[in-house]
Amino acid sequence: MKSGSNLEKVLQAGHFAVTAELGPPMGCNAEVVQKKIQLLGGVADAYNVTDCQTAVVRMSSIATSIFLVQSGLEPVMQMTCRDRNRIAMQSDILGAAAHGIKNCLCIAGDHQSFGAAGKLKGHPGAKNVYDVDSIQLVGILKGLRDEARQQGGDPLDGRAPLFIGAAWTPLGDPVEIRTMRLAKKVNAGADFVQTQAVFDIERFSEAMKKARDRGLHERVAILAGIIVPKSGGMLAYMNESVPGVTVPEGLIRRMKGASDPKAEGVAIAIELVQQIKQIEGVRGVHIQAIEWEAAVRSVVEGAGLLPRPKL
Amino acid sequence: MIIAERKPLEEILSMIGQARSVLIAGCATCVADCMAGGEREVGILASALRIAQRQRNGDVEFVEATVERQCEREFIDRIRELVEKADIVISTACGIGVQAMAERYGTKPIYPGVNTRFLGLREEEGLWTERCGACGDCTLHLTGGVCPVARCSKSLLNGPCGGSTKGKCEVSDEIDCGWQLIVDRLKALGQLDLLEVNIPPKNWASGRHGGPRKVIKKELRDEKRK
Ligand code: SF4
Ligand code: SF4
Repeated sequence: MKSGSNLEKVLQAGHFAVTAELGPPMGCNAEVVQKKIQLLGGVADAYNVTDCQTAVVRMSSIATSIFLVQSGLEPVMQMTCRDRNRIAMQSDILGAAAHGIKNCLCIAGDHQSFGAAGKLKGHPGAKNVYDVDSIQLVGILKGLRDEARQQGGDPLDGRAPLFIGAAWTPLGDPVEIRTMRLAKKVNAGADFVQTQAVFDIERFSEAMKKARDRGLHERVAILAGIIVPKSGGMLAYMNESVPGVTVPEGLIRRMKGASDPKAEGVAIAIELVQQIKQIEGVRGVHIQAIEWEAAVRSVVEGAGLLPRPKL
Repeated sequence: MIIAERKPLEEILSMIGQARSVLIAGCATCVADCMAGGEREVGILASALRIAQRQRNGDVEFVEATVERQCEREFIDRIRELVEKADIVISTACGIGVQAMAERYGTKPIYPGVNTRFLGLREEEGLWTERCGACGDCTLHLTGGVCPVARCSKSLLNGPCGGSTKGKCEVSDEIDCGWQLIVDRLKALGQLDLLEVNIPPKNWASGRHGGPRKVIKKELRDEKRK
């Protein structure tokens, strides 16, 4: 065991893993976190806690992750390369590990100009750090864990037990190097990857085949991303505007024509999970229901993935 | 070259304050090429300032002078007389020129007339774009001659983020994704396999992050001492 995290155990035992997302609040109200913890408890093996997602200031992913640990839920602490240099990152990760946080997902993060795609003000004038990129961060975590050594070379007083995650956008542009990007993350030391939302099963299957051709599925646990759609408009928007996401025309039409779009969204997500489960090399799903946490349970249950294994 | 843009007139007027005589000092090199602060732009700025002052019933004399390169002492010295006569100098050179003037004329206020933007080139008529972040450790041989430090909005060194779409950067449709350009160029060179190698964290100390930089050529300094 590298970290002894629940996610690691579930994957090692050969179960089809489920992770879900838990977004910290825009404020310091712990009750909001507690409510989400109650809503989501038991539906997944671990919960991604986002790190100022869409470049909007929120409760820190570390502090929120500690709330999860205290409630017996396992966090996947996300860490972006946008806001911290390598000194702050390593220090935060050591602190997180001391608090019992075992999974960390290394991502570049949305650029500081993003500000929730213009819906909020954000902080577009912020300095952009990007001291290291996500692949380098994966490598740094591996050093903290396997060699008990900081990036700069100084020793730690012990290994940091971490299960190291990364993101993968299999259908992102330029698409011809996306398998190579996955390989680089695996070579850097990623134990698991979570993918950008999958709607186009056919194209995702092709990407998975390319990953299998390089044997990557055997070296890293690939969890496919699922976003539970809320409306046809949302799907059309994602197809048009979210990089690396393509939504088949048929799905958009189906959602637009639905009399109860939310129920239809859950049904679609369940079907996607079931189809993805059939693809060789996919070891789990990562489910996001943006500002709609209650939907996650319906999807996981509907896909026959409850109860989650207790290991 | 160094790319600059003239400051808004209002901002320049606010710097003039109570001064009675103002020297507008241009530079005939980079800022002339990017049409921000060469002889022609000095003339335009002086006219605009004269008109604005007249409207405010001000009585300010604006003198124009453009030197070959404001970042070299030899050229700066040629306008000594004009500098000394003026109350203040508005320099339309880049930030380097402004500082070179300030160092040369220790008691004269030298104010910036342009915003120094970046190291870049003229891509098309009327369009200048950034090319180099002066990181101090050039790796263009690994990225097909396209700079990831200056041309990727996140200065990523191991390939594109998930935000690249149809050749554009997630920051804006107006920005080409630097990594798309790198991939295209490496493909054309048949060197795409260069990207397979994981690039370790960069030593940013060779750049601005290590503090103000110096280049020392020991041979030349030794010779000077002899
Ligand atoms: S790698 Fe560094 S020196 Fe080379 S072009 Fe880019 S910023 Fe400039
Ligand atoms: S979209 Fe391209 S240029 Fe923009 S941050 Fe990502 S990789 Fe860099």
